[in-house]
Amino acid sequence: MKRIGRALYLILAFVLLYLPIVYLAYFSFSSGKDMVRFQHFSWVHYQVLWSDKELLAIFLQTIILAILSSLIATAIGTCGAWGIFRLRGYRRKTMLVLNNVLMVAPDVIIGASFLICFTALGIGLGFFSVLLSHIAFSIPIVVLMVLPRLQDLDLTLIDAAQDLGAGRGVIFNQIVLPEIMPGILSGLFMALTYSLDDFAVTFFVTGNGFKTLSVEIYSRARQGINLEINALSTVMLLVVMLLAGGYLFLTRQHELALGARS
Amino acid sequence: MKKLLGLVASLLLLSGFLYAGVKALTPKQTVNSKKTLVLYNWGAYLDPALIKKFERQTGYHVVYETFDSNESMLTKIRQGGTSYDLAVPSDYTIAKMRREHLLQPLNKKRLSNWKYLDKQCLNRSFDPDNRYSVPYFWGTLGIVYNDKKIQPETLKSWNDLWQRRYRKQILLVDSARDIMGMVLISEGKSMNATSSVDLKLAEAKLVALSPNVKAIVGDEMRMYLEQGDAALGVTWSGEAAQMMQNNHHLRYFVPAEGSNLWFDNLVIPKNARHVQAAYAFINFMLQPDNAARNAAYIGYATPNWRAKQLLSKRHQLEPQLYQTNLRHLTVYRDLQPSKLQEYNDLFLNFKMSSH
Amino acid sequence: MRSKSSFFIIPYVLWLLLFVVMPMILLAVNAFTNGQGQVSLVNLRAFLTNGACLKMMVNSFWYAVLITGLTLLISYPLALVIAHCRHQRVWLLLVILPTWINLLLKTYAFIGLLGQHGLINQALQLIGLAPRQLLFTKTAFVIVAAYIEIPFMVLPIYNSLHALDQQIIAAARDLGASSWQTFWRVVWPLTLPGVRAGVQAVFIPSLSLFMITRLIGGNKVITLGTAIEEYFLTTMNWHMGSMIGVILIVIMVLVLLATSGKEQNK
Repeated sequence: MKRIGRALYLILAFVLLYLPIVYLAYFSFSSGKDMVRFQHFSWVHYQVLWSDKELLAIFLQTIILAILSSLIATAIGTCGAWGIFRLRGYRRKTMLVLNNVLMVAPDVIIGASFLICFTALGIGLGFFSVLLSHIAFSIPIVVLMVLPRLQDLDLTLIDAAQDLGAGRGVIFNQIVLPEIMPGILSGLFMALTYSLDDFAVTFFVTGNGFKTLSVEIYSRARQGINLEINALSTVMLLVVMLLAGGYLFLTRQHELALGARS
Repeated sequence: MKKLLGLVASLLLLSGFLYAGVKALTPKQTVNSKKTLVLYNWGAYLDPALIKKFERQTGYHVVYETFDSNESMLTKIRQGGTSYDLAVPSDYTIAKMRREHLLQPLNKKRLSNWKYLDKQCLNRSFDPDNRYSVPYFWGTLGIVYNDKKIQPETLKSWNDLWQRRYRKQILLVDSARDIMGMVLISEGKSMNATSSVDLKLAEAKLVALSPNVKAIVGDEMRMYLEQGDAALGVTWSGEAAQMMQNNHHLRYFVPAEGSNLWFDNLVIPKNARHVQAAYAFINFMLQPDNAARNAAYIGYATPNWRAKQLLSKRHQLEPQLYQTNLRHLTVYRDLQPSKLQEYNDLFLNFKMSSH
Repeated sequence: MRSKSSFFIIPYVLWLLLFVVMPMILLAVNAFTNGQGQVSLVNLRAFLTNGACLKMMVNSFWYAVLITGLTLLISYPLALVIAHCRHQRVWLLLVILPTWINLLLKTYAFIGLLGQHGLINQALQLIGLAPRQLLFTKTAFVIVAAYIEIPFMVLPIYNSLHALDQQIIAAARDLGASSWQTFWRVVWPLTLPGVRAGVQAVFIPSLSLFMITRLIGGNKVITLGTAIEEYFLTTMNWHMGSMIGVILIVIMVLVLLATSGKEQNK
């Protein structure tokens, strides 16, 4: 009895969780114009999507933005984590608190305060301002991903290497980097998803015709239902599922090891 | 380390490829060639077939760029990064551009089709004697309703919107100037009112409307009215025209107290490079058959009286869009920025108190 | 090594200064100056004396409470069920997966679902109820917001359930506690940290949602976030917008203190 109840709840919850997504995908194959009645099966909205050069260009731009911002954020964040790792006591605490400000601050505050900042610094709004913002809000998550790995580092190993006359470069490349690699990769991955998913901050700091996919979807959704967006979301759903599979594959061993340790 | 560098390199390579893709997807601009016309217009505000026809007739190549608000257009033209040969600002923006010396005066001798323009659309306060601008489309602010849900005799004036029977039925367009202006005119005040007391009173009256307001929306109003999700909407005549094409139960009217009258006009910016082409295009668009075709395609009201005759002969004229008497309608004046902010802040106040 | 490693940290410190410290200072400066750039409390006074603003703040807070409550009500049992399942990792991934679908797309889906002729009204008609206005209602806003926040509540609760020592539960049962007693006296208190983390993760974003208020709430629901966005991008009154931003930050800090303070007392 109890088991059935549990199973029922699980099924119900997941039906609710996936209903909107499946609903979108379902109507992307309808030949109609609304999400009320399914007409008959058709690829027409995918054809429209494929020939919509503006939207495709925005899609590619969004990916470029995500790659560039996450790479730069990962570089800066990893350095930052290394720096924080070497600090002690009060200074370290301050750094960590400051690092986490952007993690807890609501998007709207980040967007608004960045907008003030760019205006004060005289930075024009456009691709560059959006790139800077995405780098900025991705850095703290990279730090949080890399730092625990640094703390797991076996310091005696470094001392031993130093005693054996290894240079700093060698120590970093041969000992530190392999150890913190999984942290860097998950940081990079998180930065990518942060950038791809962001709407609010970009909405505040974009300008001069530069748009990301979120901003474009928002302005199209404000014009009412258009099944081309459904087709787009189905494509994105597939991409996300592939990414999820990839992520699972990449982190499985690492997490298994972690699970065994705890 | 090698693995990491490899990853970075491949990601950079990928974004390089993607960038090439973006370049390939964005339309190439041959702005520098002599036989070009760079047109800066609202999105979907010109029948594409007419562009083809113009190119065929004159040999000019048209580059069509779009904007979605007067403000963003103005910023681009002020910046001067691209030199546009023609732009389509609205009335109050034309006044602003005129004052900032961003426009070239027109030589009407070069526009042989000027005679087709309706006198009512000319010599308006934002551009006396039309020294700088040529009417392209015009329209009003009014009420769209579904005749299956609303009896027309219950709805005559702006004040009728406050009746209890319309509870949760009205969609308002998300535009401070228009909605505040509507309340002002329902009180017999000017839509360009600057008295803070009048504005404050208008806001209070607007708050009293909020039980009847279903939502404050943007372009999606079209969908909700077409699908019958709402019975009433306060919006512009051009939007109304497009809804009426898709749902024959929708009607549009301008209440007798008056309303806003707006114009979108063609102008030649000061830094235009292909002035010859700009004149050719204006003249082309003033030709009655072209103007009629454009109006039939876009659905807005044409300022070309000859085109209007053509449309009515072809039964393509939507009479609800054409007010015969424009005298009780007000064109927006270009208000002080601080006044505009007052309009906006009061409208936001209304939204915040409309729970 | 010390001098060299401080060289590495320069870009990071630069980031801290430019994108953490400076924006917050500028926000505060904007909030406490007027249009002429003089220091003044005019924005604070305007906020406190404007009935509409105060009402909006109270409403926004109340909506956030409702959204968080609804999310918790759905998420706790879900986390509990998952924690008792086989293939927990797969279920968990399925909970996380929707968060990777763009927020705008999920919201957009609800425009279709909640419409006058949408799926939900069709279902209501099947069971004999008349179609009703769903979109542009406060209920719709709360439901859509809760839908979006569910994964962020499930995860921390699941984590704390997962970390629970099964022997404690077994001990409770051995000592004769009913399953309800076991839950209420043992499991719930031990998973409170997870619940707190979940509440923090949901409550603060709920205060500042702004796009859903427009697409689903039809601008009839204004949260602190919407107000900030309107003041910054529509009315261009940055000073007032910054003031509301500062107030949002204050509320956020209070919420953080209220939800984490108890832990130290224990």
